[in-house]
Amino acid sequence: MTVARATRVQREGSPWTGLWAVVAKEMADHLSSTRMHILEFLIALTAIGTVYSAASAIRSVASLEPKYLFLKLFAVAQEPFPSFVDFLGFLVPLIAIALAFDAVNSEFNQHTLARVLSQPIYRDALLMGKFLAGLFTQFLIYAAIWLLIFGLGVIQLGVPPTSEEVGRALWLLVATVFYGGVWMAVALLFSVRFRQPATAALASIALWLFFTVFWGMVATSLASIIAPIRVGLPEELLAQARWQLALRRVAPGQLYAEILVAMLRPEVRSLSIVLPFQLEGALLGQPLPLSQSVLLIWPHLTGLIAATLVLFALAYIMFQRQEVRA
Amino acid sequence: MAKKDAVIETRDLTKVYNGLVAVDRLNLRVYEGEVYGLLGPNGSGKTTTILMLLGLTEPTSGSVRVVGWDPRRYPLRVKAQVGYIPDRVGFYDDLTAWENLMYTAKLNGIPRREAYRRVDEALAWVGLSEVAHRPVRTFSRGMRQRLGVADVLIKQPRVIIMDEPTQGLDPESAREFLDLIRTLKKEGKTILLASHLLHQVQAVCDRVGLFHKGKKALEGTVEELGRQVLGTSHYVIVEVAEDAQRLAEPLRGLKHVQDVEVLDDRTLWVKSLQDVRPEVAAAVVQNGGRLLRLDVELPSLDDIYTHYFQTAGEAQE
Ligand SMILES: Nc1ncnc2c1ncn2[C@@H]1O[C@H](COP(=O)(O)OP(=O)(O)OP(=O)(O)O)[C@@H](O)[C@H]1O
Ligand SMILES: [Mg+2]
Repeated sequence: MTVARATRVQREGSPWTGLWAVVAKEMADHLSSTRMHILEFLIALTAIGTVYSAASAIRSVASLEPKYLFLKLFAVAQEPFPSFVDFLGFLVPLIAIALAFDAVNSEFNQHTLARVLSQPIYRDALLMGKFLAGLFTQFLIYAAIWLLIFGLGVIQLGVPPTSEEVGRALWLLVATVFYGGVWMAVALLFSVRFRQPATAALASIALWLFFTVFWGMVATSLASIIAPIRVGLPEELLAQARWQLALRRVAPGQLYAEILVAMLRPEVRSLSIVLPFQLEGALLGQPLPLSQSVLLIWPHLTGLIAATLVLFALAYIMFQRQEVRA
Repeated sequence: MAKKDAVIETRDLTKVYNGLVAVDRLNLRVYEGEVYGLLGPNGSGKTTTILMLLGLTEPTSGSVRVVGWDPRRYPLRVKAQVGYIPDRVGFYDDLTAWENLMYTAKLNGIPRREAYRRVDEALAWVGLSEVAHRPVRTFSRGMRQRLGVADVLIKQPRVIIMDEPTQGLDPESAREFLDLIRTLKKEGKTILLASHLLHQVQAVCDRVGLFHKGKKALEGTVEELGRQVLGTSHYVIVEVAEDAQRLAEPLRGLKHVQDVEVLDDRTLWVKSLQDVRPEVAAAVVQNGGRLLRLDVELPSLDDIYTHYFQTAGEAQE
């Protein structure tokens, strides 16, 4: 007796056939789209504005604290402007969402999907190609902005950056791309799920707003439920604070913010809750070398990358199951 | 080597969408070099069949072979040799015709120089060279459809599958499009065409498969279908000066004649299995009729289709 098999047949040929053709086309689209030009203009303007004002603030105190001047360009806020990294916290998600919210649904709406998938490629290559193109585009944009900032810095401060500063800025660049990666994967997921690009964009922005505005409050109240303070013992306070931090870190923005702190302020020795006795023997105010700071952000960075991969995998599974017909 | 090779072959191909049987145990064979028409009302499973042939939809059961390969297991090999023009074929509106085709060429892994050549050739072939560098946004429906043909030509396919290719085209563009199909056939391509525009299918297809509720109900040349469905393959129209009624009986007695219908006082319809004009003419004259006109018509796919679905509908009730 033969049993009907519902198992998937093994496919032949590489799932990445045609990947680079997709990447090239999508990147060309991104780099020539009006939408991206507006955002690039916005981020460049922000960079110039904040760095310029930061530079004047730094110059006035440079003789007192001559170290890490270039990192301060990113981090120093000069009233009434916030610092550049404050802007990055919401410009990056915005750019990431703009890159992906119509990635898949526009193919349906333009009736191009069936035609493209009837070429000798797998769906894998199409989705992966779109995702990689988005990551590369972000990398290009941020790398250009970083160069702009360093260029402005050299002019404004009159000194070249140290290799330590360049190294920290590069790590920050990588973290920024993956922070964007998380939000791009969210937008990509919604672009697979929702046929209307506007719906996908709104859903992405809603999720982002939820994490930026409400998640902090949610984390606080959840922490007080999970680890309530009954008597007021220090252990109880500590437990609640630990829970709160852990929950907050579910939000990608929190992870990114902590990475910014560790990378831009070398004197920061820990990103978790530190008890006084743990600092015994440590030289306070002494900056950490880059390698130590990287160790600090390592869990955060892998967290961002893991979140990106999980979200992409979800989008991938959903896309594989979709009918080509709209 | 056998002259007739099946380029497309399905065995008991079935697709079920949550309980709804879209394609039901389909056995289809399309041979090298022929133009095959999939015909059927909306929702009869034509598009679903095509998607399974290309490996774009998983069959629920049954097997498929296209150009010798199973599209489930070797989708890339199948898709490298089969061109597909979906219904309402779409292009990237902001890219030019040329850019759209270059993308297709790259997806097919065609080297750049060769791609340039093929794209230019394909655009010239469908008569779009003039507008090659205009964004597709500015193209009319007919131009897009022709661009669809250029798009499949890039990969130099053995088989071309078209879903409702003339839908939404004006009569003139539709006619031009049918000419393109004929030329493709002359160049030796095998063509599978899904449509419900009957006279167009009749105009280009060598064989036709009539789909009904996911099943292939009938198959053959238009003449064969006529015999199967209507029991008739020829209509002879007889016009006489007067008193047509009187001629009906003698004409019924002729060989191959199946039925005679008196339309009015001057016109008769003779249904037969062959062209019986000489016999009819002789009989009219013998019986003292004054013949004014004698014509033969083949039953159109329209008649066959209408008749088939009427009786199929009645059989259901
Ligand atoms: N993704 C889907 N989910 C559920 N049912 C579907 C899906 N796609 C098609 N069907 C159903 O399958 C049946 C066959 O559809 P199909 O599109 O193959 O018909 P068709 O012959 O191409 O019709 P048309 O002439 O309208 O294009 C229809 O009843 C349709 O509703
Ligand atoms: Mg259809």
